[in-house]
Amino acid sequence: MNKTDALIIGAGPTGLFTAHQLKLIGLDCEIVDNLDKIGGQCIELYPDKPIYDIPAVPECTGEELTNNLINQLKPFDIKFHLSERVDEVKKDSDKWIVKTSKGKTFSTPNVIIAGGVGSFEPRKFAPKECEKFENKSLFYSVKDKKIFEGKAVTIFGGGDSALDWAVELSKNSKVNLVHRRDEFRGAQATVDQVKELEKSGKINVFTKFQLNKVNGSNEIESIDIKHDNNEIKNIETDYLLGFFGLIMQLGPIANWGLNIDKKTIQVDTEKFETNQKGIYAIGDICTYPGKLKLILSGFHEGALAARACFKLARPNEKYRFEFTTTSSNLLKRLGKKSD
Amino acid sequence: MTKITYVTHDSKTHEIDVQNGLTVMEGAVQNDIPGIDADCGGGMACATCHVYVKEEWLDKLPKKEDGEEDMLDMAFEPKKNSRLSCQLIVSDDLEGLTVDIPSKQA
Repeated sequence: MNKTDALIIGAGPTGLFTAHQLKLIGLDCEIVDNLDKIGGQCIELYPDKPIYDIPAVPECTGEELTNNLINQLKPFDIKFHLSERVDEVKKDSDKWIVKTSKGKTFSTPNVIIAGGVGSFEPRKFAPKECEKFENKSLFYSVKDKKIFEGKAVTIFGGGDSALDWAVELSKNSKVNLVHRRDEFRGAQATVDQVKELEKSGKINVFTKFQLNKVNGSNEIESIDIKHDNNEIKNIETDYLLGFFGLIMQLGPIANWGLNIDKKTIQVDTEKFETNQKGIYAIGDICTYPGKLKLILSGFHEGALAARACFKLARPNEKYRFEFTTTSSNLLKRLGKKSD
Repeated sequence: MTKITYVTHDSKTHEIDVQNGLTVMEGAVQNDIPGIDADCGGGMACATCHVYVKEEWLDKLPKKEDGEEDMLDMAFEPKKNSRLSCQLIVSDDLEGLTVDIPSKQA
């Protein structure tokens, strides 16, 4: 059981700056995020897109913003738990017991949900019967490529993941690559490689096709794919891989007894606390009258929630407001010498 | 104001007067039309405002910008008449536009 003063769910810009605020006022915290990297939407959705409305930063990309926030956390020791989703939050007297998808548990008086629009999950195939094959012979990521050796694998998608795996698996498997249009959006070098492998008969490419039906009872026997012009083709395959990117899902958050309105969590504007004492929601995932979904609003909300955490984490101490410019306390925490 | 018709998956039609300059996505969200999630808020970064445009409108709409087709690769059941509604800016030219909202966005 990990004990911490505050557990932050979400390592996007709001979660990162809130960690800074918590550490600055002398609380410890840990961060859990379902993605395998720090940065949230900024890094997953728009790493290269410029952002123009961060105060005092005229222009920066999602990746630059993330890197700057990580740099700002350098004076502090913060534990990140990546590729883990928080599945359960339960009350235990005056603490919250938090469980993750990897079986870690935390005990904390404060849970700060900085979850954006929810956790990133793979987008799935449309036909209903796909579900029963999931994680058996149908996957949205590759964990062990050995299982595909000597088998027929059909890969769907037109981005880097689809193309990279088509190239890699073509060494030891019979590979079909299916995409809904003629253009691939992956790196040109990989697209060229796929075209070469197609010429030499190592990969079968089907464009303007989408998955229509999966045939088989326990194991996949074949699939039907449908062309834009409604022509149906049957392909024999042992495995299906889908690479359609990630989608944001509210996920288990919906089951924690919070007031949820259109995928956002209702909070007050003093502490950004939810209807549950000690659970806060900040950033894009929270809502209140006048809420703006801007990164700068997330920073403000996090700073206030952090002060509210102090009261529950240090019930016998009084929080004293201080400036980083003048407080020797704060400067010490930041690893700076005071004058 | 321009009249935009949203047809939800249950075949209900919602005729809405949308202010020019807003996007077709914003017109739906502001009027509580179900089925358009717009998770990224109009940044062409998520494909959850995916709609099907009536065939006769396909050529009348502004062409897809770079990136829209890439995002549509990730949409739920994309078709030839798929568009991201956040990329359709409402103007007098769009008077009478009808869009079908897919059964789900993800």
